[in-house]
Amino acid sequence: MSDVTALDGSVTVTVPSSPKYLRIVRRVLEAYMEDLSLDPAELQHIILAVDEACSNVIKYAYAFDDTKKISVSVSDTTGQLEFTIRDFGKKPDVTSITPRDLDDVRPGGLGTHFIQCVMDEVSYDINNDVGTLLRMSIKYRVAETAEKVD
Amino acid sequence: MALEIVLRHPAAGIAVLAINGEVDMGSASQLRDQLTPIIASGAGVVVVDLSKVSYMDSSGIATLVEGLQSSMKRGITFRLSDLNSAVLDVFKLARLDSVFKVYDTTEAAVDDQP
Repeated sequence: MSDVTALDGSVTVTVPSSPKYLRIVRRVLEAYMEDLSLDPAELQHIILAVDEACSNVIKYAYAFDDTKKISVSVSDTTGQLEFTIRDFGKKPDVTSITPRDLDDVRPGGLGTHFIQCVMDEVSYDINNDVGTLLRMSIKYRVAETAEKVD
Repeated sequence: MALEIVLRHPAAGIAVLAINGEVDMGSASQLRDQLTPIIASGAGVVVVDLSKVSYMDSSGIATLVEGLQSSMKRGITFRLSDLNSAVLDVFKLARLDSVFKVYDTTEAAVDDQP
C-alpha cells in the first residue's frame, strides 16, 4: 500500500490518502533526517509541518477520499532540506491559503500556520494538469555536540 | 495506529483521561469520541493526561480546544497535564500554552482546587 524509493540522496514515500498513513510518512522522514544531527526541536517542527501539509491534502485536495495517493519527497542539499508533496486532487486557490488569526481561539485552521512558522519557503505549483506540487524548504540547524574535542 | 485511552476517577467529580500514542488526523476522532461523553457526564474537573503522548498535530490540538470550549460552557474545569517538550512546543507554536491550564504532573492537576 505504501512505497518508499531512494534515488540520488532523496527519498520519496507514496502513501494512500488515508489519515492512518500519516505516521508512516513521519517515520520515513525521521529515518531520513536521523543522520543529519538536527536540533531535536527543529526535527519535531519539520515533521509537524510535513504532517500538516499531508493532512491538508487529505482534507482539501481529496475531501477525505482515501483511494488516492500522496507522494512526499525529501532531499538534503548542503544544509537545506527540501520537501515536495504531490497530490492529484482539487487544486487550491493559493490566494486564500493564509494562516488564521491565532487570537481567535477555536478548533482547526492551524495547519497552514504551523507550515509557515516552520519552513523558510513554501510554494504551491498548480500548473500541472492534475493536482498540486507543494514545495517547502528549510535551512536546518545541527544539534550542539555534547562534548568538545580540544 | 489506535490510541490507548484510559479513564479513571481518582476522586468524586474528577475524571482523568490518560492518552497513550500519537494524536494526529487519524487518531484525533478517537480522542474526541472518548472526551465528549466525559464532558457531558457532569464531571466537575476533567484532566487530560498527556504524559504518554509522543506526538500531537493540529488535529489533536483542535480536539482539545473543542473539549476546553465545551467544558467552559458547562462550567467544567478542563486541565492538561504532563506534556512532553515536543507536545508543549506545538501548543506554544499555536499560542495556546497560556489558553489551557497546563500542569507539570497529573497529580498536581487532580489536586488543585477548581
